[in-house]
Amino acid sequence: MTSWKTILSAILLPTLFVGSLYAGTNDGKLLATAGVTQIEGSAGGGLVPWAVISGYGSRDEVAATVSTTQVSTTDYRLDVTSAAIGLYDKVELSYAKQRFTLSSLGGDIQQEVFGAKVKLYGDAVYGVWPQVSAGLHHKRLKDYVIADAVGAKESSSNTDYYLAATKVHLGLAAGFNVVWNVTGRLTKANQTGFLGYGSVSDTSHNLMMEGSAGILLSRNLVIGVEYRQKPDNLGLGEDDWYDIFVAYVPNKNVSLTLAWAKLGSIAGATGQEGLFLNLTGKLW
Amino acid sequence: MSGKVWGVIILTAALTACVTTNVTLYQQLGGDKKVELIVDNFIEEIQFNKKIFQYFTESDVDRFREKLIEHICVIADGNCQYTGDTMQQVHEGMNITETDFNTTVDLLISAMTKADVPHRIQNQLLQRLAKLRHEILYL
Repeated sequence: MTSWKTILSAILLPTLFVGSLYAGTNDGKLLATAGVTQIEGSAGGGLVPWAVISGYGSRDEVAATVSTTQVSTTDYRLDVTSAAIGLYDKVELSYAKQRFTLSSLGGDIQQEVFGAKVKLYGDAVYGVWPQVSAGLHHKRLKDYVIADAVGAKESSSNTDYYLAATKVHLGLAAGFNVVWNVTGRLTKANQTGFLGYGSVSDTSHNLMMEGSAGILLSRNLVIGVEYRQKPDNLGLGEDDWYDIFVAYVPNKNVSLTLAWAKLGSIAGATGQEGLFLNLTGKLW
Repeated sequence: MSGKVWGVIILTAALTACVTTNVTLYQQLGGDKKVELIVDNFIEEIQFNKKIFQYFTESDVDRFREKLIEHICVIADGNCQYTGDTMQQVHEGMNITETDFNTTVDLLISAMTKADVPHRIQNQLLQRLAKLRHEILYL
């Protein structure tokens, strides 16, 4: 509980104070079009990295965000604290600290994710074509015992590579703005890395497809769905992930995302689903 | 008899066409009075924004008002003629940054919200205006 409060104040204090000092800068994008923060620390939906660059900075600005996420299912809990910096709406660098708690079995698994993303083409809002970015998630597993025990090929570190396309269509559906994203990811990660990378029978990167679609009900409210395909390298019946989300974006300093996440089978425990909560705040 | 039936069918079709296709975005915005209000609100928003106002220090506000009302009218399929300069001519030499362009979009949104233009109608006008962005930025 203490850590939750610490995280909250770590986000809200800089947001309120630093945000007000820099008021009027780094806000060169339309409200709610900067995305929120996904579980590996990149700007995106909740589960899927998007082609957008973190923060509301334009091509003349540098913007930084911090974020915290909690996903609670029957048998597990995921806590993520992350930070991202967007350089001139072109390059995004991010860092995420993830803790995967085995609530019913006891113990936890920690992983760090170093992220980088480069915008290759376009402008999600103003372009005719989607914005396209290439990115990577370099993952370092700190606790390898469980990964080794379930038969992962590697249990120290590995890298995912992805290509994402995102488009916001102004006034598309009966006048509502619509956003969609498609991401292709090359990955070896088992349960996004908490169970290591690859297996004896599958040692190569697999192409997985991920997608998001949302509708902006107002300037401040986005509802949508997400899908993230996952490999089943370990033969433990690893499932694809889904969620339905509501994001509330009162201003360019903070966003709150609530989702219902269906995570399926994780390490033999089936039917994992639960509430997903993300708070993203602007640092500067 | 069959003539009457055809008459009804044609009349119905004509009315349906009126309802579904003949309502312009300009009408949905609320016509002349509403567009004038949007532009007046927009000018006020600009005057209160130091950064954006600096682009207007040498502008003739009355001319800007008149031409912008015409421009929005034409873009929204209203029954008007645009008699001003092209977007490119207007913004030439201003070197408008992406940040300032996007801030100005925020000001326009605020101007429309203050004029009680519904969210969905705002988006449709923004969608049409957004196409002109490349004729405005960094010139």
